[in-house]
Amino acid sequence: MFVLRRIGQSAVALFVMSVLVFAGVYAIGNPVDILISPQADQAEIAQTIARLGLDRPLWEQYWVFLSSALSGDLGKSFAASAPAIDLILERMPATLELAFAAMVIAIVLGIPLGLLAGLKPDSWVGRSIMAGSILGFSLPTFWVGLMLIMVFSVQLGWLPTTGRGPTVDVLGIPVSFLSWDGLRHLILPAANLALFKLSLLIRLTRAGTREAMLQDYVRFARAKGVAEPNVVGVHVLRNILIPIITVAGLELGSVIAFAIVTETIFAWPGMGKLLIESINVLDRPVIVAYLLVTVFMFIMINLLVDVLYTALDPRVRLKSAR
Amino acid sequence: MSVVNSPTRELIDVFARDRIALIAFWTLCALLLVAVAAPLLTPQNPYDLAQLDILDSKLAPGAKSAAGYTYWLGSDDQGRDMVSAILYGLRISLSVGIASTLAALGIGLLIGLIAARAGGWLDALIMRIVDLQLSFPSILVALVLLALAGQGVDKIIIALIVVQWAYYARTVRGTALVELRKEYVDAAVCAGYGSTRILLRHVLPNVLPPLIVVATVQVAHAIALEATLSFLGLGMPITSPSLGLLIANGYVHLLSGKYWISFFPGIALLLTIVVINLVGDQLRDALNPQLK
Repeated sequence: MFVLRRIGQSAVALFVMSVLVFAGVYAIGNPVDILISPQADQAEIAQTIARLGLDRPLWEQYWVFLSSALSGDLGKSFAASAPAIDLILERMPATLELAFAAMVIAIVLGIPLGLLAGLKPDSWVGRSIMAGSILGFSLPTFWVGLMLIMVFSVQLGWLPTTGRGPTVDVLGIPVSFLSWDGLRHLILPAANLALFKLSLLIRLTRAGTREAMLQDYVRFARAKGVAEPNVVGVHVLRNILIPIITVAGLELGSVIAFAIVTETIFAWPGMGKLLIESINVLDRPVIVAYLLVTVFMFIMINLLVDVLYTALDPRVRLKSAR
Repeated sequence: MSVVNSPTRELIDVFARDRIALIAFWTLCALLLVAVAAPLLTPQNPYDLAQLDILDSKLAPGAKSAAGYTYWLGSDDQGRDMVSAILYGLRISLSVGIASTLAALGIGLLIGLIAARAGGWLDALIMRIVDLQLSFPSILVALVLLALAGQGVDKIIIALIVVQWAYYARTVRGTALVELRKEYVDAAVCAGYGSTRILLRHVLPNVLPPLIVVATVQVAHAIALEATLSFLGLGMPITSPSLGLLIANGYVHLLSGKYWISFFPGIALLLTIVVINLVGDQLRDALNPQLK
């Protein structure tokens, strides 16, 4: 029941976003300027107006926009003269690999560090972890990226400055992390993108741990004679992990959005870099395609995380049933 | 305790308990001061072309200029003194961040109060819009707005307002709903005051403190977001070089080892954001009755 209602909500959100994107493209400014290349001649303009139905009433135009979007036709890129959606989909694996790599770094480092800081909040270890996380929170992503390049590529010369390097195809999807050179290209951008989420996960885990350590079940476990590592590893970790994984899942969307910045700095050939390039040359079909694809991904991620959360935590099910 | 202090006095006391927060507070004051007084403090006006000498371009930190003064933090590709450029940039970054936050605060406050007061479908509608907007990262929303609307100081401020108002609306609505259930509101109703008066004179003063905390931290977010957008080439125009734009200008020289053009504006940006976050954190703790 809850899942059905949640899917309904997602559908509404998708609909609202498509109306907003439509309004942004068609209602603000002249759609002829937005969707037709400035280099197009008169006949081409007339043909596109007829094809997109720009001479018809607004609701009909929305319908044409929606149905062509649903069939995957989002117009042709001016710059590349290829279908916009193809350009986006072609770049998507690079962005997803970067985003997942960043998330893995953030989770693998963030949860143990946060746990440590939560268990020993007043020790120097706990304090320096927290100071580091405040710094990570405050450092602007793009500047960290520049500094990483400066230190590790320019000064030390350990890692390549930009680009993706060679890729290996896995089930037809090109990935970097399987070859040594590809991995070397991936490290800096992934670390850059991970930093903010790492700080967030440290804070969350620390807060969760501190709260959990005061709970009755921890006291009971200790009274029962459970060894301290097991108290933390089994009882505490299991209880704090659900909200942390939920947040990590929800943050995946924001990692994909922030990849725009990281990709631009490291010349990582993903969707975000394509978006900035398209904005700079006013290649609007690609911008629209990026938006619709990202919005769809966001709504799907939110839906999935919500459904998983309900499956994992019975308390939420009960609350929503009430 | 026999002596009851005023709430403000108590707030200051709690705030001052943390040494790091105090240092951050005074650093923030100093930053604001040098930003306001930038034209008086800097050795040159970095945007007056008559004062620039192209022979001085890309000098390392500590080098002497042709005119004889020292570039303590080096100079950029136009021969601009980085200290001057940073102070002017700080001025622009801070004013854009503060102005957009205040405007968003006002709008969010109004909408949040309307939602709390009206309830029913209007409340539900407003909160759905807030939820929808907050489910998208602010950088994406701002990028899209700027991509559609074009560049300019006014446009970036509008974009920063659009991405921020929802936080305030949600915070205000939440606190206002809690306050509306309290006894003093019942008392005011019994005293025969109108609902608008109760909302503005009784509820609003109690809603403000948590809002100020959100706003403090949001100024840091706004500054960081503006810097990021400017770095991507979608924020401030060349005529208003914020810290983000300075960093972007230095980006091309970074690979040839001329780090200072990007590095020092970045440090200024980082310092500003860190101290604002520290002050915001401590304000939140000071206002949180559970931690007293």
